[in-house]
Amino acid sequence: MSEKNTFEVGLSSDAVKHPRRIVFITRKTSAKVKEEVGPQLMSFPHVILRETIAFQFLAIVLVVLALFWDAPLEQLANPLLTPNPAKAPWYFLGLQELLHYFPPLVAGVLLPTLVVLALVVIPYFDINIEGEPLWGHRSSRRMKIYLGVFAVLFVLLALYDAWTVLVPTVLVGVFGLVPYFLPTSESRFLKFLGSQPLPWWVMTWFIAVALTLTAVGTFFRGPGWSWVWPWS
Amino acid sequence: MATTDWTHQRLEQLRQTRVWRSIFRRGPARTNRTRSLAVFGNFALHTLPVKVREKSLSVRATYYLGSISFFLFVVLTITGVLLMFYYHPAVPDAYRDMKDLIYVVSNGVFLRNLHRLAAHAMVVAVFWHMFHVFYRGGYKPPHEFNWVIGVGLLMVTLFLSYTGYLLPWDQLAFWAITVGTNIISYVPVLGRPIRFLLLGGHIIGQNALLRFYVLHCVILPLAAVGLIGMHFWRIQKDGGITVRDDHE
Ligand code: HEM
Repeated sequence: MSEKNTFEVGLSSDAVKHPRRIVFITRKTSAKVKEEVGPQLMSFPHVILRETIAFQFLAIVLVVLALFWDAPLEQLANPLLTPNPAKAPWYFLGLQELLHYFPPLVAGVLLPTLVVLALVVIPYFDINIEGEPLWGHRSSRRMKIYLGVFAVLFVLLALYDAWTVLVPTVLVGVFGLVPYFLPTSESRFLKFLGSQPLPWWVMTWFIAVALTLTAVGTFFRGPGWSWVWPWS
Repeated sequence: MATTDWTHQRLEQLRQTRVWRSIFRRGPARTNRTRSLAVFGNFALHTLPVKVREKSLSVRATYYLGSISFFLFVVLTITGVLLMFYYHPAVPDAYRDMKDLIYVVSNGVFLRNLHRLAAHAMVVAVFWHMFHVFYRGGYKPPHEFNWVIGVGLLMVTLFLSYTGYLLPWDQLAFWAITVGTNIISYVPVLGRPIRFLLLGGHIIGQNALLRFYVLHCVILPLAAVGLIGMHFWRIQKDGGITVRDDHE
């Protein structure tokens, strides 16, 4: 009845004698683990060719635009004649918009430093390598934290009247809740939202705020940083 | 057709010459062996991998945003060097040089437009590239450190654009830099010393222009070249770029 196993299982830690290790990967883990390499192409000529096409495309677009758009040149610099408003280059206008609401130490120093630090630590912080959706477990604890963070942000921003930050924050915050309440929806958009992990939501919130602030600072701010319409 | 044959024969003869073979040691890139040699035996191309996964070349995988950032940097270097021939980092000569570019130098307007346009475009492209890398999970192991190098590149790109902004020495330039450097003075303790170091004084004047010029034309471009080199080299060492499953 009880037949002896015809094979033996052994563990060896002697890498010289038994140089093989077997690992079973059942779920998606790190990008280091490649399921399959797939077909490959030689860089020469395939990459070179595509890069050349991309470069030519870019060159054509740039040349055409440079023929029709003129770089601005105003009057000679005059330290005694302050324009109103004085604006930084466009990619800093988001910051300048923040300075309008918050004390300079917060908007000019603390927030930019935090953003750069946050960017640097992203790859070391994101432990959710499998990309589990935000509401994957429908955990109520997570919902409490989500609502808590949202409430704190809301109150802080409202206190400072920082409504150009508040509007995109509320928008993204509400969109983040939709997949929780409609988990079985068939709509492709909701399915897409529902499958996104927490880092996706944080980055999307950041981009939404940054774009809004930059656009407002560039097009909607006039003398004394008051609201103006770009067409008036 | 006869002419193409003739061209091919002449090319073939050229390839057999001693001079040609001293420069390109490999033969024509007709086999996979010589195609590999074409990449890693070439100084300009050796940061590229010899082979790439086919799916990483699809437009949707990257939108070529990293490459476009790099090309914009190349365009900026070339147009920038040309602009340097016409530019004096002095007050108020700098502004006069802008006027000369517009009214005197042949194609000066075009040259300046191209440089300015490419500069704006590079800031956009680098940001977009960063966000695209984020959304495809390109920062995950083993690409962590390349992401950090990328953040360095973002800073260098912004600072390059910012230092260039002062150089025309017009009202736009002067007050934009005033707004920016005033923020630096809010940094606790170190703020004022840093601002002094950057401007070479307490005001934005001749010294500040010279410092921004040296940063813009020498120090920051060198930093960018170094970081871009590391960035590309690491993409190859990390085993190519990340491709999202649904983008295959
Ligand atoms: C001057 C600026 C930059 C240049 C020229 C550049 C160039 C490139 C190129 C050509 C690639 C190959 C794939 C692609 O095109 O997407 C790449 C990949 C990558 N870049 Fe950049 N990049 C720059 C800035 C940045 C920034 C700001 C970041 C992020 C903070 C970044 C992070 C990465 C990462 C992590 C990869 C690997 C992506 C992957 O594994 O999918 N780069 N870069």
